[in-house]
Amino acid sequence: MSRLEKQPGELINRLNVIRFTFDGKPVEAYEGDTVGSALYAAGRRTFSRSFKYHRRRGLLCCAGQCPNCIVAVDGAPGVRACTEPVREGMKVEHLNAQPGLELDVMRATDLVGTKFTPPGFYYKTFIRPRKLWPVYEKVLRHAAGLGVLRKEQPEREWRTEYRRRHADVLVVGGGAAGRRAAADAAAQGDDVVLVDEGPVPIEPIAGVEILARASALGYFDGIVPVWQGDTLHQIRARRHVFATGAIEQPLVFAGNDLPGVMLSGGALRLPQLYAVSPGTRAVVATTSDRGLEAAATLHDAGVRIVAVADLRTERTAAARRLAERGIEVLIDHTILAAKGGKTVDGAVLGPNGVEGASVEKTFECDLVVVSGGFAPATSLLLQAGARTRYDAARGSFVLDELPPNVTAVGDVAGVDGAGDDGAAVAVPPPVSGAGHGKCFACLCEDVTAKDIHLSVEEGYDSIELCKRYTTVTMGPCQGRMCQLPAVRLMAKETGQSLEQVGTTTARPPWVSVPMGILAGRPFDPAKRSSIHGRHRELGANIKWAGDWRRAYDYGDPQAEALAVHRAAGLIDVSTLGKLLVRGREAGEFLDRLYPNRFSDLKPGRIRYGVISSDAGRIVDDGTICRIDDDTFYVTTTSSGAGAVEEWFSWWLADWRMDVQLTDLTQGLSAVNLAGPRARDILGELTDLDCSPEGFKYLDGKQAGIAGVSCLILRIGFVGEVGYEIHFAAAHGEHVWDALMRAGADKGIRPFGLEPQRILRLQKMHILVGQDTDSESTPFGAAMPWIVKLDKEQDFIGKWALEHYAIEEPATRLVGFTLANGYVPTEGSVILDGLGDPAGQVTSARFSPVLDRVIGMAWVPSPLARDGSQVTISDEGRTLEAHIQTKPFYDPDGEVLRS
Amino acid sequence: MSFLLTCPNCGVREVTDFGYGGEISARPKSRPTLRELGEYNYFRRNRAGVQREWWFHRSGCRAWFIAERDTATNEVLLTELPADGDGGSSA
Repeated sequence: MSRLEKQPGELINRLNVIRFTFDGKPVEAYEGDTVGSALYAAGRRTFSRSFKYHRRRGLLCCAGQCPNCIVAVDGAPGVRACTEPVREGMKVEHLNAQPGLELDVMRATDLVGTKFTPPGFYYKTFIRPRKLWPVYEKVLRHAAGLGVLRKEQPEREWRTEYRRRHADVLVVGGGAAGRRAAADAAAQGDDVVLVDEGPVPIEPIAGVEILARASALGYFDGIVPVWQGDTLHQIRARRHVFATGAIEQPLVFAGNDLPGVMLSGGALRLPQLYAVSPGTRAVVATTSDRGLEAAATLHDAGVRIVAVADLRTERTAAARRLAERGIEVLIDHTILAAKGGKTVDGAVLGPNGVEGASVEKTFECDLVVVSGGFAPATSLLLQAGARTRYDAARGSFVLDELPPNVTAVGDVAGVDGAGDDGAAVAVPPPVSGAGHGKCFACLCEDVTAKDIHLSVEEGYDSIELCKRYTTVTMGPCQGRMCQLPAVRLMAKETGQSLEQVGTTTARPPWVSVPMGILAGRPFDPAKRSSIHGRHRELGANIKWAGDWRRAYDYGDPQAEALAVHRAAGLIDVSTLGKLLVRGREAGEFLDRLYPNRFSDLKPGRIRYGVISSDAGRIVDDGTICRIDDDTFYVTTTSSGAGAVEEWFSWWLADWRMDVQLTDLTQGLSAVNLAGPRARDILGELTDLDCSPEGFKYLDGKQAGIAGVSCLILRIGFVGEVGYEIHFAAAHGEHVWDALMRAGADKGIRPFGLEPQRILRLQKMHILVGQDTDSESTPFGAAMPWIVKLDKEQDFIGKWALEHYAIEEPATRLVGFTLANGYVPTEGSVILDGLGDPAGQVTSARFSPVLDRVIGMAWVPSPLARDGSQVTISDEGRTLEAHIQTKPFYDPDGEVLRS
Repeated sequence: MSFLLTCPNCGVREVTDFGYGGEISARPKSRPTLRELGEYNYFRRNRAGVQREWWFHRSGCRAWFIAERDTATNEVLLTELPADGDGGSSA
């Protein structure tokens, strides 16, 4: 690696050599280098191939602004080599070139000529035959682009985090103006965060948190997300100071994209920060003193300046300082073309506004330094609500109005740099030297000056339409390099002023950001019952059920269901919602929330309830046990637990009754013990009289099981004699084990969610959300008995239910059986007499105890009676089903009550 | 949407901590006509400006409270626990 002698501000540590690879070949760098500076020092000039034409592109800005040095690092595409610090062993690879960066077959698209890829080319060319578009698309996608993502991503090892930071003041930009603003605010006692994306370390400022090498991505309703390494800081500040600076602009001329054409800032950063000489013979083209000063600095660093073109008509002091070094400045001149193959080998200069071979001068060089003025980096400010206007003297869009609590300082506010006297900056022509070759307005998307011309010619003559048609400003640079050139070209083509053309909308993200940073930590929270470990030991098939991980079965759902009928089964139902409703008015509260009565429920008794909305639709269901006069124990569905608690507490907040609500869902576990031997098992474990008379159907009793106090509800959960046992979650496995031990000689089997669904379907117990939807009423769902319209208490849903009690619903929920053993897909369509869809199947299972297929479906009301037949259409299969309105198993509940 | 909201119990929190309960709409005082019932259930004023609305501190104390918010600017004028008659219900 060739380096200059030690530079005063260099960032590299020459004592520490870092080794990495580029396209598999070893590269040596110093600590403090970027991938870009190290590769440049190693002699590399081509860093990427362009998006469309696969032209060679080299370092341009050396500040992470342009798209020219985008590479992949360790498999992650979209990394800018010029700002990416080198790390030992990193694997850097080029993008978008086949077979390699130096020989790219897709270069043909450039050589064949612009005719091949004008704007809208794909849509114009590949429109017919339409059928072939998928084939075209595959090829085109492969040809264009900025890298490839692997189709199958392994679980990422890269851990990213969000951090929320509240501050008084956020300063974006760590230049002189930003640091001053941060220090001033801190001095007044404000809590200040300063964000800077540059490579130069920032001296600590008292009272200021400095986030270095961190990029502000956008401004979202007062939150500024800042990407720093593995962290996304979400910063919310009361006041924002933007010190985002100004972005040096390129000039639009022929070959302005050749490797070796560099912005003056980039040409200076290489020697000053990394002691890398950008070239040996340089031609400089500038519109302000910036380029002249760069020429002087490069000269002093040993670069031979062969020619300098200054667009301005007056010789400034900077030009005279160059003359002292023996460098003559061509006044009122500009660059028309950069020439060369792999890199620049010459530059054509000419007087401004005059073209032709007679006035042009060609200079041999290996570096073209360009400075086309500066555009304030206003994007974040615009996102925050600022407005800009065109400033003819500066030749750029400058800040005009700022929203409250937002300030701009430094170059972005136009306080220094160009502007004060007329000679400070010249506004460049939209394009020069067009006769020499392609002149690029947009490097990201390969949009030439000619493409903008074609866009206007075809009618896309506003900047926003042109943007969408040509994709100018839509690439990785987000308009940094191309917004102003595109607006100038648009003004030229349409004859409008720049003010009239305006700019495109500034949108986030302002900086390319990996998706992983936005995604944050891979976070998949799961709820598990306190008995979960036992299910795993038993080899349960565990699946997601809402937020929960649940045992679907233990290997044989049919046998598990049969065990419940023949002996006993035990299922973990800890996921049920459990609410304690207490207080003097608890009974009345429930009377207002449910269509049936609870205030008359006797202590120790249980009643089923369906919650309806004020629109009369089923919201949830569950059982309610009155524990004492003031205390009700309410269970809800597993998936509805949170929503029911919100629903109850909402009405309670409104009604302000003497009621306390406690959500016990997470604190209590529950199991359901069911089957003909359930009574024996429970009797062995408690002192309770478990006889049919002593512990009746719908009794709720408190008793100890294996030393744990439990609430035992005798309900008809799965259709056999059954007890739902609720207890403190900490004792989950202990109670489970005690029940399984007591049942061991009685044929007990654990059963999962799938056999539970079979058993409940046999009883036509609805599953809210599966058998009902947001339109289902208790009347349609065959539960008219649950609605007590004669109840003196007004209740939620009463008025709507009064209406639905009279109006015949279009469809009703009924059971059906199928003869031939095929289980229809849930969601299959019920057809009416004309063969049109008229309902749907909501549940279907094979019932081992009944030895046939059973299900539930919404069918047209006239067909919703015993003995009628409906047609089910299941993806091309047609099935005849028999309607049944009473439960398939134990229709009169004799087993249940026994 | 992003702003800060002050829970009357817990204090200032990010809005993502809360659940939105919608604008406060008056529940009919007595048996409504079908049309009134439909309007209560399904129609919203959808005001662009200051409105009173329900919020739920879902990731916090799980209390419902009332906020006055400008829907056009997300400026929150006040938050408070409901007092009698605030929630718009008659029951």
